[in-house]
Amino acid sequence: MVPLSYYLVLSAILFACGVAGFLIKRNIITIFLSIELMLNGVNLSFVAFAAQLKSLDGHIFVFFVMVVAAAEAAVGLAIIISVFRTRETLNVDRVNLLKL
Amino acid sequence: MLPLILFFIFAALCVGGAINLLVQKHPINSALSLIVVMGSLALIYLLLGAEFVAAVQVIVYAGAVMVLFVFVIMLLNAGVEERTEHASRVAMVLGVPGLIIGLGLAVWVVSHLAGLDRIAIGGPMVMNGSDVFGNPQAIGHLLFRNFLLPFEVTSVLILIAIMGAVVLARREE
Repeated sequence: MVPLSYYLVLSAILFACGVAGFLIKRNIITIFLSIELMLNGVNLSFVAFAAQLKSLDGHIFVFFVMVVAAAEAAVGLAIIISVFRTRETLNVDRVNLLKL
Repeated sequence: MLPLILFFIFAALCVGGAINLLVQKHPINSALSLIVVMGSLALIYLLLGAEFVAAVQVIVYAGAVMVLFVFVIMLLNAGVEERTEHASRVAMVLGVPGLIIGLGLAVWVVSHLAGLDRIAIGGPMVMNGSDVFGNPQAIGHLLFRNFLLPFEVTSVLILIAIMGAVVLARREE
């Protein structure tokens, strides 16, 4: 069997990559993708703990995280489309005003 | 032995995809490498006995959510990422060491959790020798009994998200 700590280290690596992408990237869509990567890293540790503790609660939490991520993607991408319509750019450094 | 080998193969795919997401300049390449990460995560979920979660990961995440992303990237005709001229020099110098320290801290904390006792924190003990763990029947049982209220609340959340997306993306007259 694979030890629990391996899964948790993989989860930490994915989460750290997501944080790094969130901070480094300047494209608003890539920043959004990094958030999804962080959510995936957290989901992995939920499932790993569910298997370790022999409890299905972790799977339910993953299910809810996925639902929230889907809702977030829908609203976030709508916001991105509306930002792009008004500013013609996807660079977050050029989106520094709430109202034009 | 076989689970360990499979774990390392899929973990390498995951980390490779995640790093590729950071390295690529074009958003479409980042999106496609995120799909690789999600696909190999689904296989790792299968290794953990989470059949239903693996299926939902492929259908909802790698399928629906990422299709939405790719669709928006195509719609906005997003090009190669622009560089910002006045980038923070402090962040450039301290970024990589800070990342390494943060990752090391996370690994340290996690490796001290490894001796965790096998205590069940609620929920039914489904895995009793057989291979029924995380199958749709068990998940459905739990979801529609113990977690019925959160399940219904998520339906309201999804409804609000759909309406919000329609309102936000609508063209103003």
